[in-house]
Amino acid sequence: MLRLQKLTKTYKTGDQALKAIDLEVPKGQVLALIGPSGAGKSTMIRCINRLVEPSSGAVLLEDVDLVSLGSGALRKARREMGMIFQEYALVERLTVMENVLSGRLGYVGFWRSFLRRYPQSDVDEAFRLLDRVGLLHMADKRADELSGGQRQRVGICRALIQNPKLLLVDEPTASLDPKTSRQIMRLITELCQERGLAAIINIHDVALAQMFVPRVVGLRFGEIVYDGLPTGLTPDKLTEIYGEEDWEATIEKVEEEDEDIEAAE
Amino acid sequence: MPVLERDGAQIWRRRTGRESLIRWFGWLLGVAVFVYCWQIISASTTWFFVWDAPRIADDIWTRATPPRWDYITQLGRPIWDTLNIATLGTLIALCLAVPVAFLAARNTTPSALFIRPIALLIIVSTRSINSLIWALLLIAIIGPGVFAGVIAIAIRSIGFCAKLLYEAIEEIDHTQVEAITATGASRWQVMAYGIVPQILPAFAGIAVFRWDINIRESTVLGLVGAGGIGLQLSASLNVLAWPQVSLILLVILAAVVISEWVSAKVRSAII
Repeated sequence: MLRLQKLTKTYKTGDQALKAIDLEVPKGQVLALIGPSGAGKSTMIRCINRLVEPSSGAVLLEDVDLVSLGSGALRKARREMGMIFQEYALVERLTVMENVLSGRLGYVGFWRSFLRRYPQSDVDEAFRLLDRVGLLHMADKRADELSGGQRQRVGICRALIQNPKLLLVDEPTASLDPKTSRQIMRLITELCQERGLAAIINIHDVALAQMFVPRVVGLRFGEIVYDGLPTGLTPDKLTEIYGEEDWEATIEKVEEEDEDIEAAE
Repeated sequence: MPVLERDGAQIWRRRTGRESLIRWFGWLLGVAVFVYCWQIISASTTWFFVWDAPRIADDIWTRATPPRWDYITQLGRPIWDTLNIATLGTLIALCLAVPVAFLAARNTTPSALFIRPIALLIIVSTRSINSLIWALLLIAIIGPGVFAGVIAIAIRSIGFCAKLLYEAIEEIDHTQVEAITATGASRWQVMAYGIVPQILPAFAGIAVFRWDINIRESTVLGLVGAGGIGLQLSASLNVLAWPQVSLILLVILAAVVISEWVSAKVRSAII
């Protein structure tokens, strides 16, 4: 469904963030993108919806090349891609409801959105989503009154109300505590399953990625150095992605946690 | 080299010996210049007037007190004019300052090469000329009266409001804008959802702050004939009617105190 072909990004400073990335994400697949800071994970996600302009290459979303689109067509294409951010990126001074409804901006005209006169179907959907993530009672609160986990749920609602085919998720758990991180990851993967969404999840926490996703892509210096099952991430592979370190503890931890979860279930 | 080796111990100093010597000379130079200037100013001062000052001040004080309270009936209209000049002027300035600010802010300007310098020029040129001078100019163009005062205040305030506003725009959190852009929102929707909510508190603060300043500025506009209470002030000064002058000053003081109170209330309510 999503295909990156020789996607390259060179910043003005001369730093090559992405070096001819080829990647294919089939419909409904959730994949985790791991790699050290500065490997180009954020850049790659932002090149897909062109928050960052790629230098060359193609991004094919259902055989439409996003890189060649004009601004009007790009806006239409962006509606198909929901994005979730590390620091939530909610509009702090707007209410939860307004933040969720802002996901419909691509579908609603300027004056309707400016006067907050969204179609009733959008409002219904917003209530449904808020209920799904357990924040229905918060609909009228201002976004800056919420805790980190709650904000990220609102961010998820905002992405989902776009009715996207693809989720671009940039470090969804980096600002959250371990328990909330898992809840958020679980929520994202569950919602993707419910709706048959593909997702690219940028994530620092290898253990967390292994716990929730069926496919892991490792990025290093703007190149894909690993693409496969989470179980295939051996210490050697992790060393290749991140550099020399003792990885046994990380991997063991995952296995233990998996057992814990199975036991709990 | 702030760390010195002495007897095997490392001694840390804030500055090296050379640096502190230079600073010491700097201070010496500063004091010398101050003393020299003092001498020049002292030589060109007519000390007789200075020694005389307390007596003159006392004289004016006795003439000015008590204020002529019944004169207040004639001041209602002028102080109302003054308030209107300040308020209308501020409103017009804000309407004009908003687009200028968006054109001047580095992250929202359509062209950093052509349009931004023009916007900055507008900001600098309107800011650098005092409203009294604008009023003088405008009275020559559109004749004396309240309207000239309103326009003078408006022009003077554009630069001030636009500068503070564009700085606020440049300081917004970019990820919120990114998030709105990523939903497929249009340029104007990004503005309305991503940028405006973030600068709204700054905007309100700037508006009441400038209104507060403008009330003070508009009280003197009458001195050059641009309407408001300043007209009464200059008339009273011309005929040396000190009791009237003191009453006018009291009225201005009251107006300023009230405006400060209002703007403080508004600011704390918004932020």
